[in-house]
Amino acid sequence: MAVNEKTFDKMLDQYPAKVKRNRKKHIIIKDSSTAAQEIEANTRTIPGVLTNRGCAFAGCKGVVLGPLRDVAHIVHGPIGCAYYSWLTRRNKARSEDPGKNFMTYCISTDMQESDIVFGGEKKLARTIDEVMKIFKPAAITISATCPVGLIGDDIQSVAREARKRHGINVMAFSCEGYKGVSQSAGHHIANNGLMEWVIGQGKTEDPPGRFAINMLGEYNIGGDSWEVERILKEIGYTVVSVMTGDGSYEELQNAHVAQLNLVQCHRSINYIAEMLEKKYGTPWLKVNFIGIQSTAESLRNMALYFGDEGLIKRTEEVIAGELARIEPALEKYKKICSGKTAFCFVGGSRGHHYQGLYEELGIETLLAGYEFAHRDDYEGREILPHVKADADSKNIPDLQVVPDEKRFRLKISEERMAELQEKIPLSNYKGMISDMKDGSIIVDDLNHFETEEFVRLLKPDIFSSGIKDKYIVQKMGIPSKQLHNYDYSGPYAGFNGAVNFARDISMSFVSPTWNFIEPPWKNIPLLEGTIGEGES
Amino acid sequence: MRQVAIYGKGGIGKSTTTQNTVAALAELGKRIMVVGCDPKADSTRLLLHGLNQKTVLDTLRDEGEDIDLGDIMIEGYGGTRCVESGGPEPGVGCAGRGIITSINMLESLGAYEDNLDYVFYDVLGDVVCGGFAMPIREGKAKEIYIVASGELMALYAANNICKGIHKFAVNGEVRLGGIICNSRMVDNEFELMKAFAEELGSQLIHFLPRDNIVQRAEINKKTVIDFEPGAEQADQYRTLAGNMDGNQMFVIPRPMVQDRLEELMMEYGILS
Repeated sequence: MAVNEKTFDKMLDQYPAKVKRNRKKHIIIKDSSTAAQEIEANTRTIPGVLTNRGCAFAGCKGVVLGPLRDVAHIVHGPIGCAYYSWLTRRNKARSEDPGKNFMTYCISTDMQESDIVFGGEKKLARTIDEVMKIFKPAAITISATCPVGLIGDDIQSVAREARKRHGINVMAFSCEGYKGVSQSAGHHIANNGLMEWVIGQGKTEDPPGRFAINMLGEYNIGGDSWEVERILKEIGYTVVSVMTGDGSYEELQNAHVAQLNLVQCHRSINYIAEMLEKKYGTPWLKVNFIGIQSTAESLRNMALYFGDEGLIKRTEEVIAGELARIEPALEKYKKICSGKTAFCFVGGSRGHHYQGLYEELGIETLLAGYEFAHRDDYEGREILPHVKADADSKNIPDLQVVPDEKRFRLKISEERMAELQEKIPLSNYKGMISDMKDGSIIVDDLNHFETEEFVRLLKPDIFSSGIKDKYIVQKMGIPSKQLHNYDYSGPYAGFNGAVNFARDISMSFVSPTWNFIEPPWKNIPLLEGTIGEGES
Repeated sequence: MRQVAIYGKGGIGKSTTTQNTVAALAELGKRIMVVGCDPKADSTRLLLHGLNQKTVLDTLRDEGEDIDLGDIMIEGYGGTRCVESGGPEPGVGCAGRGIITSINMLESLGAYEDNLDYVFYDVLGDVVCGGFAMPIREGKAKEIYIVASGELMALYAANNICKGIHKFAVNGEVRLGGIICNSRMVDNEFELMKAFAEELGSQLIHFLPRDNIVQRAEINKKTVIDFEPGAEQADQYRTLAGNMDGNQMFVIPRPMVQDRLEELMMEYGILS
């Protein structure tokens, strides 16, 4: 069924007028004949709308800090926030020294009513002492949950005192859940803290090997980072640090020595990428290791940046070798997937990244969107000067860095930078929309009502999103693939990941399960009605 | 059992007035419980002849959940039962939540016995957050008295408290019983206070003159009734107690806009 403005309007007519006006700005149909299509993003979700968004705490502790394996992450608050952020992201970690991998632990101050009344600072200090005694971690992070901000516990001073007491880095993140409009605020808070207190604190002055890179915004979900690192090392790169998947504190401290920063998830880590460029003169390259073509292209762009003949040659050899190995394995899956359609609504980067992989398997993405991205993730960074800062975004402090007197070194000349920027996304991201076909739909902060409506309208063969909307869609008879945590599978990145992904979604397609579910539109007429504003 | 909450601007004399009135009611043979809802825990000092009571929240923190009523309730002047909810030290934690916790604790321990005639809540300053409104919601105190004086800031606070009462009154049973004037000897104070109370739709339930004996009694950790039963000021508190005991006028207050309040000040506050 063709979707046009009219079908949309009919769908959105079911909203009260004010809600419709708001939501309309978050939905666009790609039309390349229009000069610049603007989408509203990173604004408040309307109360009453069932959003998939998370909170600032989830973005800070859950996404950015949590994957650091040798750091003990204390959640200061009642137990629920710690429990429900415990390993749910499936960011994997392994360590040579099993005593220095705290990934499987859940540490919380478990605030009780009397801690709320009398303040939780003393309990937090005791928790830090206990953590030091039991784990002796490389560092400690403290993430604040909502009540901590309400009662005004001074977690920064508790952290300061603990640093003196224990002689290790104890960092407090004021990432109370209610801050900002989504988890995006928490990413920013975590980025600021890591930049201020960790990155560059190491003593290393020179890169530990040739072609030294950092991988930013890669959280090793289902082992993604390990697959990418495997390829990078085979080509000859030295991975200084991964931020923050399977990350270690020491690597992060010395991340300033890298010659190039790769950015996988632009939304959650672009702040650090930018600050590293300003402080140390290291450019960043937007990469995409999801999908075969995207992986190959990212590898070629990296080689081009370093401009080393041997590296370029080795890159081509590795790509050729990998393709020869995986392409036969993919063939059988392509037969199953070919001609199918998908929705791809994930996070702040995956909504874009997975479209290429779908396309390689013969699956067309009809609708894509992000939960918590900003306008630049959709429209590209060139619109950044035109993004108006509102009260919500101003509420999150913007860390300003200056060039490091000793360590700032331009990694490539300005001329070479300009030349490369013509060819590769160096210190730039062109966003999701430019890669999408005309007629496809882009939705920001897709909600449950719209999910159901769009599924009815477009009847995709697979829906890829997260746990919150997975089961409504499956009940409608459509397989759903979680792209936040990969449904107990992975890795999906790199060359091997592409095969895993193809295998997993092919299994979904051929499963007989769906034949036993009658989608509601098969035998029940669709309800017609409107919701009037202010009427009861 | 009548449950009474006393509100008013900080420093206006809520605790002193409450305890003196309670002492007067105790003289009449009333059975009364006083619940201090101020983290400073000084609402029962005069009845207990000093700050010698462990607060509900401190007890809760030290003893855990295993608490007897006897641990937190002490008998004071005239058989009054005295409880201090207590709270965190200044600048930490959440005092409002503390009051909620402590009143819930009193309830679960059965402090609200049927044979009580009165429960008095002496509540900290302004109603700054939900916690300090606890005594007037959830069906606890149904009568409120506001202590005020003829100074603008006291009237401003009283008017603000009326806004809080109004919010709970329209959906519940809480009512304003009257304004108590604790005189600051400002010009035309009685007329001003009477007009103020009437503008709110309520009454000036008693005008307490200023008398240094109150200060002397306080230094001696006693109510005036206890310290010098024959003093004229003791009779003033007895009158107030009698007026409250016989009070029939309970209203939903009509808080004023700021401009009207200032108009009232101009009208009465300046002696020609």
